[in-house]
Amino acid sequence: MIILNKKFNEIEKNISKIQEVKGRSLWHDARVRFFKNKAAVVSLTTLFLVLLFSFLGPIFAKWSNEEIDWSVLGDISTLGYPSIETGHYFGTDELGRDLFSRVIQGTKISLMVGIVGALIAVVVGTIYGATAGYFGGRIDSIMMRIVDILMSIPYMFVLILLLVIFGRSILMLFIGIGLVSWLDMARIVRGQTLSIKKKEYVEAAITIGVSHFTIIRRHIIPNLLGVVAVYATLLVPGMILTESFISFLGLGVQEPNTSWGALISEGAGTMRYGTLWQLLFPLFFFVISLFSFFFIGDGLRDALDPKDR
Amino acid sequence: MFDKLLSVQNISVDYTSNSFLFPWEKNLTFRAVDNVSFDVLEGETLGMVGETGSGKSTIAKAIINILKISSGEIFFQNNQISNLNEKKIKKFRKEIQMIFQDPLASLNPRMNVGEIISEPLKTHNSKLSKNDINLQVKEIMENVGLLSNQINRYPHEFSGGQCQRIGIARSVILKPKLIICDEPVSSLDVSIQAQVINLLKELQKKYNLTYLFITHDLNIAKHMSDNIMVLQFGKMVEINKSNEVFNNPKEDYTKQLISSIPRIK
Amino acid sequence: MLSVKNLFVKFKTPEGVVRAVNNISFDLLKNQSLAIVGESGSGKTQLAFSILGLLDKNAESQGQINYQDKNLLNLDERSLNKIRTKKISIIFQDPMTSLNPYMKIKKQINEILIYHNSFTNEQATKESLRILDAVKIHDSRKTIDSYPHELSGGMRQRVMIAMSIICKPEIIIADEPTTSLDVTIQSQIMDLFNDIKKEFNSSIILITHNMGIIKNVCDNIMVMYGGKTMELGKTNEVFSNPLHPYTKGLLETVPSIDQEYKKLKTIKGNPINMISPPSGCIFRTRCPDPSHECLEGTSTNALIKIKADHWVDQCCVNCH
Repeated sequence: MIILNKKFNEIEKNISKIQEVKGRSLWHDARVRFFKNKAAVVSLTTLFLVLLFSFLGPIFAKWSNEEIDWSVLGDISTLGYPSIETGHYFGTDELGRDLFSRVIQGTKISLMVGIVGALIAVVVGTIYGATAGYFGGRIDSIMMRIVDILMSIPYMFVLILLLVIFGRSILMLFIGIGLVSWLDMARIVRGQTLSIKKKEYVEAAITIGVSHFTIIRRHIIPNLLGVVAVYATLLVPGMILTESFISFLGLGVQEPNTSWGALISEGAGTMRYGTLWQLLFPLFFFVISLFSFFFIGDGLRDALDPKDR
Repeated sequence: MFDKLLSVQNISVDYTSNSFLFPWEKNLTFRAVDNVSFDVLEGETLGMVGETGSGKSTIAKAIINILKISSGEIFFQNNQISNLNEKKIKKFRKEIQMIFQDPLASLNPRMNVGEIISEPLKTHNSKLSKNDINLQVKEIMENVGLLSNQINRYPHEFSGGQCQRIGIARSVILKPKLIICDEPVSSLDVSIQAQVINLLKELQKKYNLTYLFITHDLNIAKHMSDNIMVLQFGKMVEINKSNEVFNNPKEDYTKQLISSIPRIK
Repeated sequence: MLSVKNLFVKFKTPEGVVRAVNNISFDLLKNQSLAIVGESGSGKTQLAFSILGLLDKNAESQGQINYQDKNLLNLDERSLNKIRTKKISIIFQDPMTSLNPYMKIKKQINEILIYHNSFTNEQATKESLRILDAVKIHDSRKTIDSYPHELSGGMRQRVMIAMSIICKPEIIIADEPTTSLDVTIQSQIMDLFNDIKKEFNSSIILITHNMGIIKNVCDNIMVMYGGKTMELGKTNEVFSNPLHPYTKGLLETVPSIDQEYKKLKTIKGNPINMISPPSGCIFRTRCPDPSHECLEGTSTNALIKIKADHWVDQCCVNCH
């Protein structure tokens, strides 16, 4: 009888293993809500297409981004016109370089700056802010005062100074933007941590005896990610705008690398010669990408509704 | 065999506001708990009864070292556990656990039931295999009245009563000696309260648990507790056997509390 | 005075349609008090909100709520505003969140009088002090100059009650007025309700899940579950002779201090999911003794009269 019972218990355990019900996490719910938001979905698709453009574009390009087409030099406003026969789908710039390839190049660089910059901000800012907020007291005060001091340094000034001293390279750009981008994120994450810290499940974790850093990793950060994700999608356009501004001033990436800002700057300069396409194509990509990030950020915020947190 | 599992001696808890940057500012002190002493014997249930501001939750948090006490000492199995640092207190955390008032709020919404209940196991017993942990979690789930196939579900998919069962499972899985129940049924529907109370009593017998049961509901306090302690404004008003407190209340405040209980019949 | 007939309230949510109130009918006569008892999900708060048009935008209501020969469900915002607080007032559940934390009490109470009775500021302040004394607040001058967070829970609730009676309404709806309060304050607040009944001649609708507090205050009781009425009748009659297993369960589940229990009596099962409620009798998943027809899900819920002043849902009469 006992053996039979044991066997039944085993079978029961096996059955319950098979029939484990799938859970519906909050991320899943948020995903469902996000995809119901038409503007967000359209924006996501747009961004995806832009990314696709930057990766697959070179396959279609007839000219590289450095090659100068001597045949159009001298009369760009008529000969450098966008056309499919010449292979200059977007036309050429004032130096005879193919704008299509240049725009692809610019897209790659600008998106990279934006996304990498936002990533640095997210990782550094989250860890810094969560630590300060969780430990509180003196540690929090000191860490946040450092943030305040760094924030009060005129950012543009430092960035331009760095670029002038150490030369214009993509690496320098990343360092410069990275140095400042995490500050806002740290503040926001610290604020959120302060309110999450008081929640009962954090108290429960302390009662269980979970170590501090495990609590931060397991309980605090996952519950922050909603806010962080929304803010990060708004950081990306911010980074791109900063980089564009620097490039517009002429201090951004060096030739032959280019970015949206640099392209727009050149395009704006040659506008009066009638070569409007030089401005409009980079501007178009710039604008739709930024709009897409903003709509995605909005969509994320609605999807990750605080009511569910 | 320790007779006195928990011994609280003359503890006081003060909340002070002091400023790190402006140390010359006057400190405001609020005494939440004032000179409270009591003992809890192994296997019994001590009910802590009081209204808002009586200090009962503060005492609970002081015992599990979430709050620091300003004076007095707390002993657990004859070891001092008050005001220890995190490293020293970690081994006691296995033996003292807590069940919280708001069932949904005490569960991390991003973790599923399996992860929540297994957290104590993973924290104190890092060498256990995944399979072992799974089996233990499922066993505890069945023991608290949850279906073990729900192990991958998330807290918001359960009702209040079920969430509280998850919280109970989490606190019981390490088979602690002492469980502090901080108003465990106050936020539940009336019809579910009785189910959870019965469960707590069952588990007490099964695992030989000792309860420190905090509540403002006197009916439940009487049913659950062997002894009752009445608190008001951080001070201990009366402590006696459960029957004695209800049939022969000595202090005026206790009498007032008992007479305010709404009676159905 | 207030007559609710065949009230249905539905909410459209992304997960489905929630039928919060299902065919509720009852009458409230002048000077009578009614207790609406039920647990979370029973629909009692939505019922109260629908009387005053306070439901969320995604709510659809059907039926009649007749007051002074008008169906309140059909009135527009302006007409409803004239009735709110002046004729029918409501005391919300949590006094902390129902008072504006940025406004002093004086301003919040005066607002009511200035809007409804066109008082001046001085007249309103005088009347406010008078009403705060009436709800037995010790230092009404200090209270009136305070912010909500400076008052204790019991005092905030008294302020809410004061705000609801200040225009001498005909009907007062109290939504779980004592849930967040201590036991001693609870009994004081219930005594206060009794005084209000006598002094102001108002009818009171008291919504609660606590059977204990209604005994001395409410003449009639309606027990709700899953948006439907399970039992309705005079309080004394229902308490001494509960017919529905849910009512019996609610009365028995709270341990009395005069008795010893080994195990508490429970109502088995869990509260139902209002998006997909059980078919047939809505209580069948928790009924201790369901009939065969009930288990199949083919029975229906409807109130039938057992005696004068005592109605029960027909399914449970058939079951037992």
